[in-house]
Amino acid sequence: MTPLPLVIICVYLVLLLGLGFLASRMFRGTSRDYMLASHSIGPFLLLMSLFGTTMTAFALVGSTGKSFRIGIGVYGMLASSSGIVHSICFFLIGTKLWALGQRHGFTTQTQFFRARLESSWIGLLLFPILVGLVIPYLLIGVIGGGITINKVTAGTFAEADHGVPQWLGSAAICSVVLVYVFLGGMRGTAWANAFQTIVFMVLGVITFVVIADSLGGTESFFANLQTATEHVQRHAPEKLTREKIPQLLFFSFMMIPVSAGMFPHLFQHWLTARSAESFKLSIVVHPLFILIVWFPCVLVGVWATSASIDGRLIVPADLKNDSAVLGIMVSSLSGPLLSGLLTAGILAAIMSSLDSQFLCIGTMFTEDIVLHYSDENRFSDRQTVLMARLFIVGIVAITYAISLLELPGVFDLAIWCFSGFTSLVPAVVAAIYWKRLTTAGVCACVVVGAVLWVFFFVDSGRGANPTYTFLGMLPVVTMTACSTAAMIGASLITKPPSEITLKKFFPES
Amino acid sequence: MKYLVWGMLLGLVVLHQDFWFWNDGRLVFGWIPVGLLYHAGHSLACVAVWFLVTRYAWPTNLDLGSDPGEGTDA
Repeated sequence: MTPLPLVIICVYLVLLLGLGFLASRMFRGTSRDYMLASHSIGPFLLLMSLFGTTMTAFALVGSTGKSFRIGIGVYGMLASSSGIVHSICFFLIGTKLWALGQRHGFTTQTQFFRARLESSWIGLLLFPILVGLVIPYLLIGVIGGGITINKVTAGTFAEADHGVPQWLGSAAICSVVLVYVFLGGMRGTAWANAFQTIVFMVLGVITFVVIADSLGGTESFFANLQTATEHVQRHAPEKLTREKIPQLLFFSFMMIPVSAGMFPHLFQHWLTARSAESFKLSIVVHPLFILIVWFPCVLVGVWATSASIDGRLIVPADLKNDSAVLGIMVSSLSGPLLSGLLTAGILAAIMSSLDSQFLCIGTMFTEDIVLHYSDENRFSDRQTVLMARLFIVGIVAITYAISLLELPGVFDLAIWCFSGFTSLVPAVVAAIYWKRLTTAGVCACVVVGAVLWVFFFVDSGRGANPTYTFLGMLPVVTMTACSTAAMIGASLITKPPSEITLKKFFPES
Repeated sequence: MKYLVWGMLLGLVVLHQDFWFWNDGRLVFGWIPVGLLYHAGHSLACVAVWFLVTRYAWPTNLDLGSDPGEGTDA
């Protein structure tokens, strides 16, 4: 096999470094510009960065792998549900937090909760929980990227080689994202997100067409689509229905996209908006973009169940790692040039999430810990940015080390990570809409959510059982119901915040 | 109009649970499973309803007291 795919991947990574360098030329030298791009992001960039941030390896690698395993139901479980729920989060939580952030100068979620609850130490509870939940989110990208590069480059140097090792691919991706985030800050991240979102959407559609044409083998695209699906109808018809997915379980998947309401990196992106009006385009177009990305991936995953070359299945039915399905399909059914380009598209989706997450954890560390607990003006803006960068490197190193262990597939890892965030969403909703919320209420919500998360995770064999349910549903339903009940109960029996604070956060009432 | 739009959004949440296509493996146009096509249509319906939300149910007080911003779309 030719090294062309590997060359294209390398060129793409160098391009991203160039983009970060370009953004660094526009850097205004302040920490506010580094972290929030000076609140200058308009509707188009906001749409692209919000979408690019929410679509990670989970959307491409994870959705294809899971569709291969359980069929078309994956689209309804996570894509169409996200079309409603993500936009609800942008509208009901994002715009409100943006307005409060503008009025009171918040940069992080913890700052918002500290001010809203008149409690400094709530930050010490929220900070480790949020960073702890971002790590598995980072893992999804780091692992997904490494696996994809590995599968696509198999056989590059010799017939029998196994491609670029996963550890090396993951390390390369982490390094490139670190460099362009360091160079460009939030502005560079927003630009890179927009660029990468366009790349992965366009290349995703091309992947779909190329794979369909390869499977059909005729000149008519329409006939090729029919042939590809007819193979599935003959060999795995159950993958074209949801007969293997219990309805209650399907329903409970609606809770997974709710997690977006509590993603720290989304919070930071929301605050970059130039005005509340900037949100409108994101709210309306987000479901359409989800359709453009997920629909082809789900069909490719379903086709992979029956696709064969010379009578041999391209993806063996007993494949251990579902996350490898897309990489195998791409490398087997497209030429080296397209294979390289399509891999660049997959990496674009992965890196467009990693960059925001890297930036966000650095911001949280400096704002919520260093600056909060040090004297005013003790650190210069340059020192603040430097500390943010050092903390990011530390967290990325930990994430990378964990990625070398044996872990659940990308899809299942993501479900556990998102479940944790969802169980915290009641706290942010209540903070915005319920005056009676208290510090004790948020503590109860966080503690109950965390304890149940650990309990269910251990009970599922540390995530090893991908079909694990509780009461016939995903554990996230129980976790969120209990964290909400605990929050309401604890708030009602404790003293509410002062009138001055309530007037600050509910000025219209 | 505001309540009608919110009602439509609630309707989308209900319509998402399409038990009527659960075991239906029919192919539309010979290649799209009917259950998948339904949910693709659901995504498009979301776009339409969210457009109505931003037009008729958009809060008026969000920009109060905010800095109009200093930059461009960059």
